[in-house]
Amino acid sequence: MHVTFTEEELAFQEEARNFFQNELPEDIRQKRSQGVPLERDDYIRFQKCLFEKGWAGYNWPVEYGGTGWTIVQKYIFATEMAAADAPDIIPFGLGMVGPIIYTYGTEEQKERFLPDILASNVWWCQGYSEPGSGSDLASLKTRADRSGDHYLLNGTKTWTTLGQHADWIFVLARTATDVARRQEGISFLLVDMKSPGVTVKPIITLDGAHEVNEIHFDNVEVPLDNLVGEEGKGWTYGKVLLQHERTGTAGVARTKYRLAKLKQQAATSVRGAEPLAADRNFMRKIAATEVELKALEFTELRTLAAVASGKAPGPESSILKFKGTELQQAVDALYLEAAGYYALPYVPDQYAFDFPQQERVGEGTETQASLRYFNFRKASIYGGSNEIQKNIVAKHVLGL
Amino acid sequence: MDFSLNDVQLMLDDAVGKFVDNDYDFDARQKHTASDAGYSADVWKTFAELGWTAVPFSQADGGLDGGPVELMIMMQHFGRGLVVEPYLANIVLAGGVLRRVASDEQKTQWLQPIIAGELQATLAFVEPQSRYDIANIATVANPDGDAWVIDGTKGVVLNGGNAELLIVPARTGGKLADSSGITLFAVPAAADGVSVNAYPTVDGHQAAEIELQQVRVASDAVLGAVDHGYETLGAVVDEATLAVCAEAVGIMKTLTDKTVEYSKNRVQFGVPIGSFQALQHRMVDMLTACEQSYSLLLWATMANADGTDEATRAISAIKYQVGTAGQKVGQEAVQLHGGMGVTWELDVAHYFKRLTTIGQMFGNADWHLDKLAQ
Repeated sequence: MHVTFTEEELAFQEEARNFFQNELPEDIRQKRSQGVPLERDDYIRFQKCLFEKGWAGYNWPVEYGGTGWTIVQKYIFATEMAAADAPDIIPFGLGMVGPIIYTYGTEEQKERFLPDILASNVWWCQGYSEPGSGSDLASLKTRADRSGDHYLLNGTKTWTTLGQHADWIFVLARTATDVARRQEGISFLLVDMKSPGVTVKPIITLDGAHEVNEIHFDNVEVPLDNLVGEEGKGWTYGKVLLQHERTGTAGVARTKYRLAKLKQQAATSVRGAEPLAADRNFMRKIAATEVELKALEFTELRTLAAVASGKAPGPESSILKFKGTELQQAVDALYLEAAGYYALPYVPDQYAFDFPQQERVGEGTETQASLRYFNFRKASIYGGSNEIQKNIVAKHVLGL
Repeated sequence: MDFSLNDVQLMLDDAVGKFVDNDYDFDARQKHTASDAGYSADVWKTFAELGWTAVPFSQADGGLDGGPVELMIMMQHFGRGLVVEPYLANIVLAGGVLRRVASDEQKTQWLQPIIAGELQATLAFVEPQSRYDIANIATVANPDGDAWVIDGTKGVVLNGGNAELLIVPARTGGKLADSSGITLFAVPAAADGVSVNAYPTVDGHQAAEIELQQVRVASDAVLGAVDHGYETLGAVVDEATLAVCAEAVGIMKTLTDKTVEYSKNRVQFGVPIGSFQALQHRMVDMLTACEQSYSLLLWATMANADGTDEATRAISAIKYQVGTAGQKVGQEAVQLHGGMGVTWELDVAHYFKRLTTIGQMFGNADWHLDKLAQ
């Protein structure tokens, strides 16, 4: 048992650190540090940097162009990426549908879709939730009816993150209704967003941002070739993805970086007579959050280590999603607290590059604290709400 | 970074685990704690025979070269079994001082019999006024020719009623809470001027208030360098902190398992109470507390074993966690057992009590959070 890195791991850490320092485009770095919202192209350019380095498939096996990294390498990669304040990797292609396709797809599908996912040539989004199917996903009503050489897709998907940027969407749709269990008869389909009958309607969230969408399918023709795996077995594949979404959303490295940055700001930013770091109450809250975060970091590492050694992940894996999002939100709340009165101004546009400096309100990016705080209430709701996660743990781990 | 145990560690894990499962049931434990000594001399002899009392000592001292990881493995099982035998006082505390600073002669005199299971010992590091500051030492040792004369009061000395050897930190220089000017002395409990008021503790263990009045010891009673005992004391207390945290994690997991099991069998309103969602979520929170605590325990243990510069913070982190999450798990276990949870008869109550006293030792949650917030 050792907590220290080996020589090889230290060398990899150095390589990753240098990579993010040197290869992350300067304008993206500036946008991140100044709180300028990223555009579609920014995400793509960043992901293409990873692709060129051979690191886009950070989670993929070597045979499909992935890195085949050890868990420690993945951990170092995530840590360094967060420490460089690089953008998040958009998960829908590289993290979600890619693995589903190389696991359950046909050879033809692998050849057709995987290279573009890896190179970020195609932007994917996720079609799971529906207006009537939130936590109870198996109640979904979107239908895909066979009609000759294609399915006719009808229904509405919602909460589709960054669907406004997407080229393709993966959809869970009902292909059979005469089934014993609601989880049966659901299929996993790949749908071109340019198909006639697809409409994207923005949903504005409480922070005023356009991040999620409602997607309507009106007699959309989906070729039968775009079915992944077996017809009617989509629930199984979808669940695997949710599992991934749950571990993926722990976001420990990012939260850790944000907390460290807040601590630094608290020590250096002097508004009144003393820095915020002189406030014992605040610093104790930071310390308590750090402890929980460190615990989660090791919980995640333990999970990954168990999986890497061929064991099924233990009970610790199930808590990643709800604990990870709780901690994200706890850190957001600390930022809000640090902002004081400057949590009030609603000036989302002032961080644009061309916004006149002298008209900016507040120091640094502090007026973003409340927007982020509001926006990230989503974290404990998406990917199966935290209450659902606890139901799952109660049933499958505790056997209740 | 590597989470795997080596073969020797796996064997130790297996052996101590089996002992707790097969040879140390709750009824026997209750008999041990109700006896005069408060533990079983036979069990202690078994520990020595199995080599467990030798685990953290070097091979040169007749030990097995174990470190924090081995200690963590054993203490988790001791927690699961609610073991009352004084491993912490003898091996971790007294043994911890002796293996670090004792001379060869002192080791022959004190450490060898401890490893052999033939001598009971302890470290008297608490004073009535000291609370959690180990430098807060009012006991004084004044030189008198070649000898030292010690005066002072030691409080809540673990295993104090049984100990034949007391390791006594005393002030040989500096002011009340200075870290310099502390010297460690090996004082036989039978020495003139030592009076021991032994009592049971609420967790089924034993402790004592110890008065030292004009206790005269020779210069060979000094362990390590005069005035420089603080660093040793700190290292030993850190190790002991980790040890009780491992014990606490073993207890928390046991309490969670027992609570889940109970909720499946206890029927009210015609259904097992474990079918109620309100209770299910609370048990998931208990499980989460256990898993998060175990993660921190691994981090702190490895950081301490590898000697990284995070070790001190890591120990404060796990002790804070055990203080907060442990209290939560203990209280919830009692609550979910309903009326049964508050009876002396049920083991759950005794796990809860031990978890509670661990929270009070070696710095409580607030004390460690303050250190982390600095």
